[in-house]
Amino acid sequence: MKIINDFEYYKPLEIKEALNLLSQYKAKARILAGGTDLIVSLKEERINPEALIDVKGIIPLNLMELEDDKLFIGANKTFTDLLESDLIRDKFPLLWECSSKVASIGIRNRATLTGNICSAVPSLDSAPALLIYNAEVLVAASNTERTISIHDWFTGPKKSALNTDELVLGISLKIPDKHSASYQKLGRYKGEDLAQAGIGIYVDREKDYRFASCAVGPVPARMKKLEAFLHKKEINDKLLAEAAEIIPSEISPITDIRAQAEYRTHMMKVMFRRGMQIALEVLPGGKE
Amino acid sequence: MKQIKLNLNGEIRSVLVDPTETLLDVLRDKLGIKSPKCGCDRGDCGACNVLLNGRSVRSCLILAIETDGQEVVTVEGISQKGLSRVQETMINKNAFQCGFCAPGIIISATELLNNNPHPTLEEIKEALSGNLCRCTGYLPILEAVRESLEGGKNE
Repeated sequence: MKIINDFEYYKPLEIKEALNLLSQYKAKARILAGGTDLIVSLKEERINPEALIDVKGIIPLNLMELEDDKLFIGANKTFTDLLESDLIRDKFPLLWECSSKVASIGIRNRATLTGNICSAVPSLDSAPALLIYNAEVLVAASNTERTISIHDWFTGPKKSALNTDELVLGISLKIPDKHSASYQKLGRYKGEDLAQAGIGIYVDREKDYRFASCAVGPVPARMKKLEAFLHKKEINDKLLAEAAEIIPSEISPITDIRAQAEYRTHMMKVMFRRGMQIALEVLPGGKE
Repeated sequence: MKQIKLNLNGEIRSVLVDPTETLLDVLRDKLGIKSPKCGCDRGDCGACNVLLNGRSVRSCLILAIETDGQEVVTVEGISQKGLSRVQETMINKNAFQCGFCAPGIIISATELLNNNPHPTLEEIKEALSGNLCRCTGYLPILEAVRESLEGGKNE
């Protein structure tokens, strides 16, 4: 399929240059990083930009660096970059696992974490990890910079809090306490499938439990009732069965081409229990 | 139209591209490289895989203009000095039927073996999970990659 609509292609080397282009074109411009979502949208004529701004030449956006206890992941960092980082694997196991379940290698080599949240489809694999780690999104406009909490980021299906003249510089994560994690993704097959339902699970030795869902509501979200119910409790099978019954009140899945709402709800309960089992087994100093 | 220069299979090539043209279209229609195939045209099937700076990518999801100054390798490049070992075992195992998916799978397998010369079966499956094959049921393809590991080096 050809891309029918013409656009200008820019490849700025400085953040400032990119911001100038953005303030010039506003909503008529699109940022291009990995392009795995953007090029499909262009082919299908779902968007019709006048300019594409390729940010892959902007060096500060390629950085991944630890400053004090905060890790900054530049906007150009791909899922493959995250998977190859020992720091991500050791300190942010949930983000590592979520990244490993994004599509297939050919996509992960190109698709960026930042692009994933900018596309903001409800099924995005990276959201449960970012919500659980309380990520912050750093954005810049011509004269300002601001930080948006990931909890305020997703405003609707394919909608985010980003303004049209703003550029995401990267995502910042505070190093969490030692914990174990599991991301359970329901898909039809491995490699290249959108989640029909997904749940991220975080467990630590202080019996702090965190949960976040994707693909079972208009936006990915933390599951606060479930967290409050289990808070500081010793986990056993009976408790998990009770907790699973809270899940339907935390999610609002739809029936679509990929799965029925009832099936999604049922599988969220199953995946919650399955994921808890995995997370508790590998918790350091947790269950023997 | 803009003139871009890329290293294609070890050779510097210059080509005039429109910003809307994908790498897949430019490779096939302007540069005479026919191994990448257009299957789904949306990144799902892996038939258009090429190596961009050593990484497998979907050439249908990349604009040709983005590859200015980059290095692209296709199956033509991999086979420049004769078939690679994994290509040979694919022939021996009769790994493909129609062959449409073969170039994409060879690219994925080559990337895997470059990074990990002794992959487990699970790792092979993971590496090839983004390549769809509608003929074989995958078994002879997986066997061919496994057989390429026995003895000899993967080059």
